[in-house]
Amino acid sequence: MTNPNDSLLIMKGISITFPGVNALQNVDFSLNRGEIHALMGENGAGKSTLIKILTGVEHPDSGSIEIDGKLVQVRSPQHSQEIGISTVYQDINLCTNISVAENIMLGHEPHRFGSIDQRKMNGFARHALSKLDIDIDVTQPLGNYSVAIQQMVAIARSLEIASAKILILDEPTSSLDVNEANQLFNVMRKLKGEGIGIIFITHFLDQVYQVSDRITVLRNGMLVGTFSTASLPRIELIAKMLGRTITELDQVSKAKVSGEKVDTQECMLEAEGLGRTGSLDGFDLKLHANEVVGIAGLLGSGRTEMANLLFGIDTPDKGSLKLKSKRVDRFSPLQSIENGIALCPEDRKDEGIVGDLTIRENIILALQARLGWFKFLSLQKQSEIAQQYIDLLGIATPSAEQLVKNLSGGNQQKVILARWLATNPQILILDEPTRGIDVGAKAEIQKLVLKLAEEGISCLFISSELEEVLRISHRVAVMRDHKKVAEYPGDVDDQTIIQTMAGNL
Amino acid sequence: MAQRIKPFLVNNGPMLTAIVVFILVYMVGGLLYPNMQKPQVFFNLFINTASLMIVSIGMTFVIITKGIDLSVAGMIALTSAASASLLAHGTNPFVVMPLMLVMGIVFGFTLGSIIHFLKVEPFVVTLMGLFFARGMAYVITLEALPINDAVYRFLALTKVHIPFFEKAYVYIPSLVGPILLLVVIYLSFFTRFGRTVYAIGNNEQSARLMGLPVGRTKIIVYAFSGFCSALAGVVWSISLLSGYGGYAPGMELDAIASVVIGGTLLTGGVGNVIGTLFGVLINGTIVSILQFNGTLSSWWTRIGVGVLTLIFIGVQSLFYMRKKHS
Amino acid sequence: MKENKSLLKRFRENRLFWPLVALALILLADAIFAPGFFKIGILDGHLYGNLVDVFNNSAPLMLVAIGMTLVIATGGVDLSVGAVIAISAAMGAVLINPALGNRLISNEILTKDATNTPLGLIVLADLAAGTLCGLWNGFLVSRGKIQPMVATLILMVAGRGIAQLITNGQIMTIYYTPYFFFGNGFILGIPVAIYIVAFVYLIAWVLVRKTSIGLFIEAVGTNAKSTYYSGISEKNIKLFVYVFCGFCAAIAGLILSSYVHSADGNNNGLNYELDAILAVVIGGTLMRGGRFSLLSSVVGALIIWTFTITMYTFGVPANALLAGRAVLVLVVIILYSDYARRFMNRVFERKGSQHGTAN
Repeated sequence: MTNPNDSLLIMKGISITFPGVNALQNVDFSLNRGEIHALMGENGAGKSTLIKILTGVEHPDSGSIEIDGKLVQVRSPQHSQEIGISTVYQDINLCTNISVAENIMLGHEPHRFGSIDQRKMNGFARHALSKLDIDIDVTQPLGNYSVAIQQMVAIARSLEIASAKILILDEPTSSLDVNEANQLFNVMRKLKGEGIGIIFITHFLDQVYQVSDRITVLRNGMLVGTFSTASLPRIELIAKMLGRTITELDQVSKAKVSGEKVDTQECMLEAEGLGRTGSLDGFDLKLHANEVVGIAGLLGSGRTEMANLLFGIDTPDKGSLKLKSKRVDRFSPLQSIENGIALCPEDRKDEGIVGDLTIRENIILALQARLGWFKFLSLQKQSEIAQQYIDLLGIATPSAEQLVKNLSGGNQQKVILARWLATNPQILILDEPTRGIDVGAKAEIQKLVLKLAEEGISCLFISSELEEVLRISHRVAVMRDHKKVAEYPGDVDDQTIIQTMAGNL
Repeated sequence: MAQRIKPFLVNNGPMLTAIVVFILVYMVGGLLYPNMQKPQVFFNLFINTASLMIVSIGMTFVIITKGIDLSVAGMIALTSAASASLLAHGTNPFVVMPLMLVMGIVFGFTLGSIIHFLKVEPFVVTLMGLFFARGMAYVITLEALPINDAVYRFLALTKVHIPFFEKAYVYIPSLVGPILLLVVIYLSFFTRFGRTVYAIGNNEQSARLMGLPVGRTKIIVYAFSGFCSALAGVVWSISLLSGYGGYAPGMELDAIASVVIGGTLLTGGVGNVIGTLFGVLINGTIVSILQFNGTLSSWWTRIGVGVLTLIFIGVQSLFYMRKKHS
Repeated sequence: MKENKSLLKRFRENRLFWPLVALALILLADAIFAPGFFKIGILDGHLYGNLVDVFNNSAPLMLVAIGMTLVIATGGVDLSVGAVIAISAAMGAVLINPALGNRLISNEILTKDATNTPLGLIVLADLAAGTLCGLWNGFLVSRGKIQPMVATLILMVAGRGIAQLITNGQIMTIYYTPYFFFGNGFILGIPVAIYIVAFVYLIAWVLVRKTSIGLFIEAVGTNAKSTYYSGISEKNIKLFVYVFCGFCAAIAGLILSSYVHSADGNNNGLNYELDAILAVVIGGTLMRGGRFSLLSSVVGALIIWTFTITMYTFGVPANALLAGRAVLVLVVIILYSDYARRFMNRVFERKGSQHGTAN
């Protein structure tokens, strides 16, 4: 299978340094024809730097790149496309205002008498998509279609116009549901059969084992090794990515056992038939002190909508919400903060951090919002609070005056957590708090959630990773099709939940 | 068929609204002032808005790329002053006109290059362009210079009769806008350049990653706007037969308002020149109605255009909200 | 890490560094080519001279720049300030007009150095008119969710029409001497306008640095959504900055109309929106919002007028001065570009490399 003659791409001894960012040191990477090769590593391990070098965004200080046995220097993104390297990113890099056909063909569109030959272009585009088993109206603007379709269009573009030999898929599945992801995997397998080499980057371990042939692991800018997927047990993969044993994850499971002292008498939050027409059907939910309630469900199942309703981002139009048996009438984030609710939103970059502000300012932001315009915390007080949470959560930073945008994903998430802990909440809603952060930071955040629960906070924990939900929740609610469909005790097995999510139970 | 009509309506809503509003405004005018029902009054719109139409067409492209060009009126003034001065010195008009257009292209090219390479807000750069062009016009002449050139006079005074309408006519310069419009419709829908302009306006980063020539296209768009402004300046100096640095005050705002009223979003990526045509005509109609009224003072034009812009922005946000939800 | 930075580098990273360098360069040119520029004399107990002119002339721009800084810091822009100046000026002129409420209007009445409206009321009406305009802008931006440039463009286009509507299309000359105090008066030999600027600056500074408003403005300008999720009413913050900007423009209108003794809907505050944005940009506040510095913007306004007065002393005609100002913008653009920054960093870093390394 790994016949060296089949080598499509060989990167040797790649090194690059730039100040402040994880550089690469002497990294080797190879890709064969007809192979799906997973590139794994924690955040900041150097995956994206390696990809940037391959796509010509960055230029290595040393090392060589061989494609089809020929030495090349990738000068620019354009150049990388010319030599057959195409990338499909997580946020689809296409233009939603122009037609699907134009998105696939623009730059290489057929011409007739000096103008674009629309009919021919649409025909080409239709043909390109049909190769991926997709049949849509290619004259409509791309924005009219779902993210999954847009992703396929992006793939079609790279295959069609760049006649890509090497396809890089950078976190392509993070906004897809299971069916859509499977559809993508089918396409990937098909392309593989046609001799295309695919570099697959993802945080979902399941998916790596589902489709990949080989796995290359990076850590701290260095190569850990390249392994055949079949011969690398999952637990070892995690260990290699972390560079340490996985006892930390085990500790989390233990913590949950010791935290089984939920006070079912004290009801912190009670939603009855709470819902919003068009986004979420009415649901009942109770949260007790010391309790972690997990929400399992696919993307788009209504998880985030539930969090937004409870926190007052959206206003419910039916049902009622009681906090400590007091009815809530006014819904707004500020009102919720005053009521002791906190929400770590799903989209860390857009809804969480305020990038150009310092860690200190980010941490005190919600607290200051509650205090209002004119009760300004003194700088000294701000620094004290910030430092307190930097220490408590172990935020890795030289000082509280660093800009948040310069931190890694995991540390940014901790800053957001700190922002909410500073408001001293009684109810903490976490919407995908561990998405896109490395395994180590994940474990830390899970531990923290359990610790907070033990201290009396009740917590609503939303995550795409079922394993994680099961590990730390005392109860698990399952969402499907904008409905809360079931609720299980925390020791439910994952099969039951998966069946429920799929609608079989 | 119905399935095709609905997306068409949703996708082109703001532009269609502009057309409907133009018809409504014109009908109201016609009811209030029966003289407005004469075909000639309609064609006068083209005569009166000749320069505005040309700069608005250039502006549309710029705005679709998410940019803005505040220098257009300055360029009109500079072109008129420079033309008048050159003609007064006896330069051949057939040299002057191309020269002015080249000047406009070079000017726009320079602004575009500064915007692209130095990564500065288009707002600021073209503002500098406005100052510079007006300033240079005053350096050329502090007073209005008359143009006595025979060719210019011929172009200014020759009537072009409109087929099928008896006695209706426009002047030669009024034809430049509509011809340019046809060229730009072709450019924007049927060429790679045009589609790239739209792609850039939607998401510049994506366009770059798609391997489209983002920098080159942006610079060309500003160069084209510079060309349009110079062309408008030539038309202006022909229509007025003089040149002066203070001409076309605030026309950049009228152009932006026309583009916006025509359904182009200032956030980029959405809109087209057909809408702009009607934006310009709406602007011209309001002016005509005020002229017919006679008692309403000129400042009502500004207030009227302001109010219309507001209404149109309201309509646009309605359409795009609807689109997001559907 | 922080302590390692050399004093020079820290100063260089300060927002005030580039504006001050620019100002110094212009003054240096004056010192070399126009030796009389720095002469300050005392006439009738007032200071006079080019430098005093610079301060006096730049007062309205400084005021508008203060307001504009806050607006730009939220990621917005206010194009209507020039029109608001005109509206405020028109409001004042109409109320002062002794013919107001008089049935018999004669030239004699119109040119009388008198008014039927108390001066305090006139000032209040001026400020109220501007603040109302700000409220309108703020309402469109924060509640109507219209892009700031478009929202304020509406008042920019319509505002001058409104100003003319107020004065009925006339250029109104003001004959009431107490009104001239704001633009031409002196206290202790220093122009009154400068006291007004200092006062407004102080209010603004206290508002943004001694309350949480400044932090919220920067947060909104950096990431409005996150800010909303953090429980801050980004709507009210936006409303506030536009109202404040309108208020500042109204004061500028008061000073300007007092200075030129007239209200002219077409020409009061002409190009002020552009100059104010320029001042803010020179001051280093980014157009996309976020971090801001009031003082830098004030220095920016000062630069624009120092440059203008310098050009006057060099004998450049007023109209051609526009081209000169364009050159100023170009220099600013180039100085602020990434290229220039990288170049400067290289130059400085090489000299002080023992201090400047990261980590």
